[in-house]
Amino acid sequence: MPGLLGIEPLDRAEIETILERARGFQPPRNSQDHSFKRLDSLRGRMVVNLFYETSTRTRTSFEIAAKRLGADAISITASASSVTKGESLVDTLNTLTAMRPDAIIMRHAASGAPHFLSRYLPTPIINAGDGTHEHPTQALLDALTILDRLPRLEGLRVAIIGDIAHSRVARSNIHLLSKFGAEVVLCGPAPLLPPEFVRIAPGVSLTTNMREAIRDVDVIMMLRVQLERQHEAAFPASEYFTFYGLRLEHIELAKPDVIVMHPGPINRGREIASEVADSQRSVILNQVENGVAVRMAVLERVLLN
Amino acid sequence: MPKLVIRNGRVIDPATKLDAIRDVFCVNGYVAEVGEKLRATGAQEFDATGLVVAPGFIDMHVHLREPGFEYSESIESGSRAAAAGGFTSICCMPNTSPVNDSPTVTSYIVDRAKRDAVVNVFPIGAITKNSAGEELAAIGSMKQAGIVAISDDGKPVMNARVMRRAMEFAKAFDLPVINHCEDLHLSAGGDMHEGDMSVRLGLRGIPAASEDVMVARDLLLAELTGARYHVAHISSRRSVEMVREAKARGLLVTSEATPHHFTLADADMPPYDSNYKMKPPLRSTCDASAVAEGLASGAIDVIATDHAPHSGNDKMQEFEKCPFGIIGLETAIGLTLERLVHPGKVSLAKMIELFTLGPAKVLGFAGRGRIVTGGPADITILDPERTWTYDVNRSCSKSRNSPFDGHQFRGGPAVTVVSGEIVWRAQ
Repeated sequence: MPGLLGIEPLDRAEIETILERARGFQPPRNSQDHSFKRLDSLRGRMVVNLFYETSTRTRTSFEIAAKRLGADAISITASASSVTKGESLVDTLNTLTAMRPDAIIMRHAASGAPHFLSRYLPTPIINAGDGTHEHPTQALLDALTILDRLPRLEGLRVAIIGDIAHSRVARSNIHLLSKFGAEVVLCGPAPLLPPEFVRIAPGVSLTTNMREAIRDVDVIMMLRVQLERQHEAAFPASEYFTFYGLRLEHIELAKPDVIVMHPGPINRGREIASEVADSQRSVILNQVENGVAVRMAVLERVLLN
Repeated sequence: MPKLVIRNGRVIDPATKLDAIRDVFCVNGYVAEVGEKLRATGAQEFDATGLVVAPGFIDMHVHLREPGFEYSESIESGSRAAAAGGFTSICCMPNTSPVNDSPTVTSYIVDRAKRDAVVNVFPIGAITKNSAGEELAAIGSMKQAGIVAISDDGKPVMNARVMRRAMEFAKAFDLPVINHCEDLHLSAGGDMHEGDMSVRLGLRGIPAASEDVMVARDLLLAELTGARYHVAHISSRRSVEMVREAKARGLLVTSEATPHHFTLADADMPPYDSNYKMKPPLRSTCDASAVAEGLASGAIDVIATDHAPHSGNDKMQEFEKCPFGIIGLETAIGLTLERLVHPGKVSLAKMIELFTLGPAKVLGFAGRGRIVTGGPADITILDPERTWTYDVNRSCSKSRNSPFDGHQFRGGPAVTVVSGEIVWRAQ
C-alpha cells in the first residue's frame, strides 16, 4: 500500500511492524544521550509537508523525523502559498507532484482530502490529519506510548473523552485499539457522541457519564475541545469542564496505574485540570516524543517500500 | 406531411390499460391511429417487433443550467441527453442564473427550447423571487408564459407562512407546488446521509429528519390550503409513509422519487466519491427499499431523475466543497428495469405509468403521458432485454457526474419519438 491514509484499512500485523520499527528509533531509555539517532536510510529522498491547517507538533515532528533519516523535507503552509491565490487542491498537488517529491505529508481541514487526491496522484500521501476523519500517526504514537507503560493493548480498557464527533484522533485510536482487542469507552456531551459510533468497530461502547467512563480504565485519552470545528453550540460551553473536564478526583476511579493522554495542544481548565496534566499519571510529553519515532517508522515504510 | 408508422410493437398504455401488439400511425406530429395492420401509405416504417411501445416518457425534474451555467449543460445538450434516455418531455427547474422567477426568463427558456431542444421542454417557475424564500415570484404571469409548476428546487421554502401563501396563490392558477423538502437548520453543513457511514468517514450528516419535518409541515399546509402539493425527490422511509397517509386522507398530494434513491444507499459510496453526493443524500438501505415499495404501492406517483449536471472541475474538489447532484437522464430507464421491473417489484406497465401517466397527472397534462388518437405523437420505444454499458464519456450531457459509469444494463430505451419524428435511436 503506497502512502498512509488511515488506520482503518491497516491490519494488525502492519501496525505491529510500524510500532516495532518505531521502537528502534526511540532514544535509549537509560543512557545520558536522549537524542534520536541520526540515520541516513532516506538520504536523497524528498518529502513535502503540505499543511492546510495550522499545526505545531505534527508538522515539526514529521520534519524532524524526515531529517533524522537523512531525507530532505520542505514545509508549505497554505496561508503562505498559492492556495491563497485561489488555486484548487488538485492543481496545487499536481504542481508539487511535478517537482517529484517522494512523498507528500498532508494535513487538510476536509475529511477525505488525501483519499480524493490519492486517486489521481502517483505520489504516496501520508495523512497528517484530514478533517474529522483520521489522524493515523497520532494513533500509532499513542499506541507506542501506551506500550511503553503497559505490556499489551489486548484487554485494556481505554476511555476517550471529549468531542468524539469531530475528532480524527478518536476515530484513528478507536480503529487501532479495536484491532488489538482493547475495550474502548467513548464519552462526551450527547450531541458530540453520535450513537453510530457503537458500530464503528468491535469493542466500542458509549456513555455520557464521565465517572462511568473512567471506572477501572487503564488509559484515559482526553480530546481537545475543538472550538474551530464546532459549527454550532452543541453543548453549553460553560458546563463543559464541570461535566467533562478531567480532574484529580476522577483519577481515583481508574486503575491505580492509569495513564492520562492528550493529543495536544491542551486547554488547561477547559478539558483537563492542570494538576492532572502535570501529574505523574500524565504521559502527554511522552506522546510528543514518540511522535518523532513513529513518524520515522512511517516515512521509512512509505519511502522504502 | 411527415408520417411515421411504428409496426408490431407491444403497445403498453397505462392510461387506457392497453397492452397488445399494435401499430401506431403518426401523422404531422399527432397520433392518427392505433390498430392492427394499419394502412400507412407514404409513411416512414419502423419495425418494433420485440420492442415495447409506450407513451413518451416525461421527466418532471431536470436541471438544464441555461441560462447562466451553460458550461455544465444547455437546453440543447440536456434535451439530447433526455432523448438518449428515452424522454420526450422534460421539466426544467428554475435555479438558473438568473432564476426563472419572471415571465421574461420563462419566455427565454421557452424560446430557446423551441430553437434548440429535441424534446419538449416545460419550465418550472420559482416560488419566490430569486428563490430566496421571502417574496412570491410572478407566478401568474409565469404561468401565462408557459410554466407548468412552481418550485424553489435546490432550496426549500423555509418560512411556513410564505409556503402557505404560495400554495394559496398557486391553487388559484391550478399550478402544483413542488418543494425540495429539507429543513436547512437540521441539515446545515451536511454532506451525506447521517448514519454509520457519515460517522465513519467523518463527514457531517444530513439526517432523514431534515426531510421528514419539512414533508410533515408541507402536508399540514396542503391540508390547510387545499393546494396541489408535490414532494420532490422523496428519499426517506418516514416521508414516504407520511405521503401515503396524506393521500389516504384525500389530500391532493403527490411525490416523485429518483432512480438513484431506490438503487443506491449511503454505504454504496466509494469513500469520498463526489459522484455519489447529492441532495437529498443517498440514505440507508431501509430508506431505499421504502422508496421502491412506495413506487410499487402508489405512495409515490412519479420517477424523476433530478438530472443535475456539474462540470468536472466543480466535482474535482474536496468532498465537502463539491456541489450536490448527479446526471440521470440516460440511466433512468435502465436502473428502473434493473431495480424494479426485473426483480418483479413493479410490472412493466406500472413502470411505464410512473414515467408517463404519473407525471402527466401531477402536472395536469391532458394529452401527454398516453397514446390517444389526436394526441401528440410522443412515443418512447423500449427494449427490455438489450444489454448495454453506460459510458459517461459518451453522454449527450455536457457533464460527467454519474456514479453509473461503466454499469452494465439489461434493457433500456431503443427509440425516442417526439412529435412523430425519431429524435434518437440506440446504436
